[in-house]
Amino acid sequence: MSSYGKQGGLINRLVLTGGLVLLPLILLLVGCSKQESSVKEISFWGMGSEGEKIKILIPEFEKQNPGIKVKVQMIPWTAAQEKLISSFAADNMPDLCQLGNTWVPQFVMLDALEPLDDFISKSSKIKAENYFTGIWQTNEVTGKIYGIPWYIDTRLIYYRKDIFKKVGYDEPPKNWEELLDLSRKIVKYQNDPNKYAIYLPTNEWAPFVIFGLQNGSDILRDNWTYGNFSAPEFVEAFKYLIQFHKERLTPMGVSQVTNVYQAFEQEFFAMYISGPWNIPEFKKWMKDSTGEKWGTMPIPGKHSSPGVSLAGGSSLVMFKSSKSKPEVWKFIEFLSTKKTQLEFYKVTNNLPALRSAWDEPIFRDDPFIKSFYEQFQYVMPTPKIAEWEQIVFSKLQQYAEYAARGTMTAEEAMKEMDKGVDIILEKRRWMISRY
Amino acid sequence: MKFKPVYFFLAPALTAIFVFFFIPVISAFIISFTDFDIYAIGDYSKFRFTGLDNYYKLFDNQLFWKALTNTFYFVIISGPISIAVSLGAAMILNSKLVKFKGIFRLVYFMPVVTTLVAVSIVWRFIYHPEFGLLNYGLSFVGIEKIDWLGDPFWSMPSIIILSIWKNFGYNMIIFIAGLQNIPEELYEAAQIEGANGWQRFTKITLPMLAPTTVFITIITMIGYFQLFAEPYIMTQGGPLDSTLSIVLYMYQEGFRWWNMGYSSAIAFVLFVIILAGTLIQMWVQKRREA
Repeated sequence: MSSYGKQGGLINRLVLTGGLVLLPLILLLVGCSKQESSVKEISFWGMGSEGEKIKILIPEFEKQNPGIKVKVQMIPWTAAQEKLISSFAADNMPDLCQLGNTWVPQFVMLDALEPLDDFISKSSKIKAENYFTGIWQTNEVTGKIYGIPWYIDTRLIYYRKDIFKKVGYDEPPKNWEELLDLSRKIVKYQNDPNKYAIYLPTNEWAPFVIFGLQNGSDILRDNWTYGNFSAPEFVEAFKYLIQFHKERLTPMGVSQVTNVYQAFEQEFFAMYISGPWNIPEFKKWMKDSTGEKWGTMPIPGKHSSPGVSLAGGSSLVMFKSSKSKPEVWKFIEFLSTKKTQLEFYKVTNNLPALRSAWDEPIFRDDPFIKSFYEQFQYVMPTPKIAEWEQIVFSKLQQYAEYAARGTMTAEEAMKEMDKGVDIILEKRRWMISRY
Repeated sequence: MKFKPVYFFLAPALTAIFVFFFIPVISAFIISFTDFDIYAIGDYSKFRFTGLDNYYKLFDNQLFWKALTNTFYFVIISGPISIAVSLGAAMILNSKLVKFKGIFRLVYFMPVVTTLVAVSIVWRFIYHPEFGLLNYGLSFVGIEKIDWLGDPFWSMPSIIILSIWKNFGYNMIIFIAGLQNIPEELYEAAQIEGANGWQRFTKITLPMLAPTTVFITIITMIGYFQLFAEPYIMTQGGPLDSTLSIVLYMYQEGFRWWNMGYSSAIAFVLFVIILAGTLIQMWVQKRREA
């Protein structure tokens, strides 16, 4: 202490620094306590362009519900998860937000979401049967519903009709065998080392999981506590896709394609597995909005089409910390009416979750969206665990690349994959054994 | 003893350092012995003290060794080259023969202050295998197309070239300052004695620059061990994890997958490596002086 000044000085310093630290906090508190009034304000976080476009729908809601105000904040998709988790840690959540439906389990695990079963049973507007079964299921975690589907997506194949016709496929392929056969024919027909049949980049995990599910793989076993990638079902599907890399039916690296739309237009590949968000861009680049030169088709299954694809999209979730839950529910109900869903489609191109909306001619007659309707009948959720994203992004993509480049055989890669997955899931096993 | 006003003035800075540096570092150190992760963020009872488990797991993890090798590859190759380039550029710009020095200094310093996100977009085009400027240039000397960022062999050299280009200007400025401190008389005297250019460089410039060089070497090494932004933006660590650096790996584990315990363990391993590197350099320098 001696070199540090005398006691009185120390206390003085503490008081002073304490004051310096506290002052802004006090100002902050004073600032916050001001906003009290009879109007309830609920905060909504929307992601990407949805967060921007939803503002168009708000005035109508506020007109119908004079006592409620909705404050919208936009978060970019790339930062969304990080922002949500750190806000949760700081106890600073909005009342509700949209959540990619594969993220729902993670936030259930954090105990951040309010179960909605009670609200649903009392509601006249929101019922399970109004939605596609596979999509609704993505929001059900450990027996409770935590989200209401807002808009939906799934993956299917965008393809070049003109190229298909040139190699003798007037109809899209109906099974795995035809898909491979078609791809070989396209590469043969193009006869150009810079032209491929299909784009299956190893940094997109979805196709690998889709084909695994089609082959009856359960992906993870024992209540999703161990990887099941090295089981024969998954390995067979995995090998099937790696075959496309081995035979050079798909480009190897991911750096060659800087713009998928341009590459599609220039016949760099003739097929691409992707979701509905790409329709407008493809229309623009192909200069064809009637479906002459290109189209969409459900993903062929192993033996018949359509095969299974992923249940994707965004759900509306309510946070436990919200202080105005009835108002939040009103807003969710408002966003789930047919009228609002159609309006939302018009401004964002996001496909409505409500099945009745699909009776409209804009979906029925659209050559590109029709196939999505077919595919939505065959969608499945991915395992509903918090670690899912880590498993597919950090492990599956890594081992898919190793296998595609021939550093490992498909069997070896999937064995290593399971080892890695089992390490990731160690905590989950511990949690399950404890609770 | 009496009240020393110096503490009063130091208090805000010390508080800030304590709150924003020491507390986080100490908690990170403690966290590295736990399995603190996304479950624990939700509920603090859901984490375990796991002792040295994270460190065992780390040394058992091939990806960690890969990241470590990549980082050393990057530091060992691009460190010396970048210092040499900086020194070369500094000597040219310090020469009396060069005109418009201010403009050149500005041009060479520009990459340092340009945001990497903007730079990386341009460089991604330069490196593009089909339409890239670099492959176009190489085609004149008969070199076949190289998939710079897509080939696991060339991806790290691509990152090295980019980061040397991006960073050499900073060290160059420091070297220029060092060069301007060397008295002109030394060179004049040497010239009268008949020393040639190379002798003047090795016998005057280098020894006189030694303190500057030590500083730059240490700063550069510390900076390069923390390689992150370049691979994060350009390659995301790929292809085949050939550009995965330690810090990128730490970032992915910590902020993408929320394995904070594991990620903290990586951070402390990196800390030990950098500390060791710095101590070795200082020891070498001391021995040379002695």
